[in-house]
Amino acid sequence: MGKKISLILDGFVKNNPTFVLVLGMCPTLATTTSAMNGLSMGLATLFVLVLSNIAISAIAPMVPDKVHIPVYIVVIATFVTVLQLLMQAFVPSVYATLGLFIPLIVVNCIVLGRAEAFAGKNSVGASALDGIGVGLGFTASLVVIGLVREILGSGSAFGWKLFPGDGVLAFVMAPGAFLVLGYLMALFNKYLKK
Amino acid sequence: MVLCLTAVCLLCGAVLGLVYAATYDAIEAASLKALQASIGQVLPEGGALSEANHVEVGGQDYEYYLSTGDGKTLAYAVKSTVSGFGGPLTLMVGVLPDGTVYNTSVLSHTETPGLGAKCTTDAAFVGQWKNFPATKSLKLKKDGGDVDAITASTITSRAYTLAVANAVAVVKNLEGESVAVDAASGASAY
Amino acid sequence: MEYFLIIISAVFVNNILLAQFLGICPFLGVSNRLSTATGMSGAVCFVITLATVVTYLVNRYLLVPFGLEFLQTIAFILVIASLVQIVEIVLKKISPSLYQALGIFLPLITTNCAVLGVAITVVSKEFTFGGAAHLMNLGEATVYAFATSLGYGLAMVLFAGLREHLASNDVPKMFRGLPIALITVSMMAMAFLGFSGMV
Repeated sequence: MGKKISLILDGFVKNNPTFVLVLGMCPTLATTTSAMNGLSMGLATLFVLVLSNIAISAIAPMVPDKVHIPVYIVVIATFVTVLQLLMQAFVPSVYATLGLFIPLIVVNCIVLGRAEAFAGKNSVGASALDGIGVGLGFTASLVVIGLVREILGSGSAFGWKLFPGDGVLAFVMAPGAFLVLGYLMALFNKYLKK
Repeated sequence: MVLCLTAVCLLCGAVLGLVYAATYDAIEAASLKALQASIGQVLPEGGALSEANHVEVGGQDYEYYLSTGDGKTLAYAVKSTVSGFGGPLTLMVGVLPDGTVYNTSVLSHTETPGLGAKCTTDAAFVGQWKNFPATKSLKLKKDGGDVDAITASTITSRAYTLAVANAVAVVKNLEGESVAVDAASGASAY
Repeated sequence: MEYFLIIISAVFVNNILLAQFLGICPFLGVSNRLSTATGMSGAVCFVITLATVVTYLVNRYLLVPFGLEFLQTIAFILVIASLVQIVEIVLKKISPSLYQALGIFLPLITTNCAVLGVAITVVSKEFTFGGAAHLMNLGEATVYAFATSLGYGLAMVLFAGLREHLASNDVPKMFRGLPIALITVSMMAMAFLGFSGMV
C-alpha cells in the first residue's frame, strides 16, 4: 500500500516532470495563460499518459525490441486521437482554446519517456499508478504556473477577479511564460529539491 | 517484427475507426450548435434560418445565412474574415437589408491576450455594434469615422471594423447594390 | 511580396520558439554551446521543410480524398518518424561529412514538437497573407516551413551565444542552470515582441 502511494507521490516532487525532469516544456509554456487552461492541458495529458502506460505495459512483453519505439508512438498517437475526438465532441470550447497543443501530446517527451522508462518494464497496475502520479504532478505544475501568470497578468484566479484593472500584460504574453517558469524553477530548486 | 508492427497499426486503426464513428454525430452536433449560437446572437429573433449560402464579392468567398419571415428577407448573417494583429480574425456579422448592423460576434481570433483580445469582452467596443445604423461611417474615429476603438489596440479595432464593413458591403451586393469590398488587413490599410 | 510577408512573419513576428513555444525541449537542451546549436538548427531546418512538404502531400492526396482526416495526427507522426530514419540513412551514404555534423541530432528530431507542430499548422490554420483568408497552397507551405525553421535557427544561435557568456558568470546558486536560462529567454522573447504588428 505504501509503495502504491509513493509511486503516485513521486510524480509530484521527486520526479516532477516540469521542475525536475524538465520535460514537456512546450505545452507548459504555451497553455498556462490562465490557471484553468493549465488545468485542462494537464488533465488532457494525464488522460493520454494513464491509458498509454496501461496499454504499453500490457503489450510490451510481446513487442520485439527493435520496433518498440515505433509501436509505442503508434499507441500514444492512437490515444491522442481518441482524446481529440472526445474533446471535439463534448468540450469543443476547451479544444479550441488548447488547439495545436492537443495533437502535440504525441511528441510530449513525458508520455514517451514514461513508456520507455517505466511502462515497458513494469506491471499494468504499477504503470497505471505511475501514469496517474506523473500526470497529476504535471497538472499541478501547470496549474501553479497558470495561477501565477493569471494573478499577475490578468488580476484574477480561475476566472475570479481578485483586484480591479488588467495586471501586468507581459505575464500573459510569451516573455511572462519563460520568466515565471524560470523563477518558479529557482524556488523549487531552493526549497524542494534535495 | 514487421508482423508485430502491422498488427499494432491495424489494431490502432480499428480502434480509431470505432471511436470516430461513435463520436461523429456528437462532433457534428457540437459544431452546428456553436455556429447556430453565433448566428442566433447576431440576428433578430423570429424568422426561419436558411442553409449556408456562398457568394463571391471582390474575389473573396463569403459564407452567409438568411433569416426569412412572411416571404421577406429579415436579416443576413455573414461570416467575415480579415487579417487582425496576430492572424486571421473571423466574425459573424448580422446585417439588416437596409445596411444596419444588427449585432456582431467573434468566431475565432488570435489577438494579443489582454489587448486585442478585448474585442470579445470590452463592453464599450462590443456594445456599439448593437444596431449600428447604416448612416454612420464604418471607420475608426481616428480615421474619420464613427467607430470607437479599443484602448491601445488600434489595429485590432481597425481590422474588426473592416470585417464588419466587408460584411455590410456583401449584404448591399446581395441586395442589388454594387459596392466594392476591401480585403486588405487592418495593419496595412493605412 | 506575399512570400516576403510569410518569411518576415515566420522568422520575426511569430517566431516558433519565442512566440509559439514549439520545440523548446531541444532548444534548452542543446543551446549550451554555439557549435551544437548550429548543428541542431541545421538538422531541424532540413527536417521541418522536408516533413512539411511530405505531410502536406499526404494530407492533400491521401487523407482528405478518403475522409480520413481523423487519422492526421497518427499519419503525420509516422511520416515524420520514417522520414527522419530515411534522411539519416541517405545522409550517411551520400555525405558522410554532413552526417558527422547533423547525424547525432537526427534521432532527437522525431520528438521535436516543432516538426509536427508546423506540419499540422500548415494544413489546418487559415492565413491572410495576400488578402483573403485561405489555407496554404504547397508553395506557401514550403516557404512557411523553411522560414519557420530559419526563425528556429536564429533564436537558437542567438541564445547559444548568450548562454556561452552566462556560463562564465557568477549566478546565485538557486538560479544556476535552467532558471537563469529561462529568464534570459524571457528577455529575448520581450525583444522579439517588438516585431509584433509588423505584418
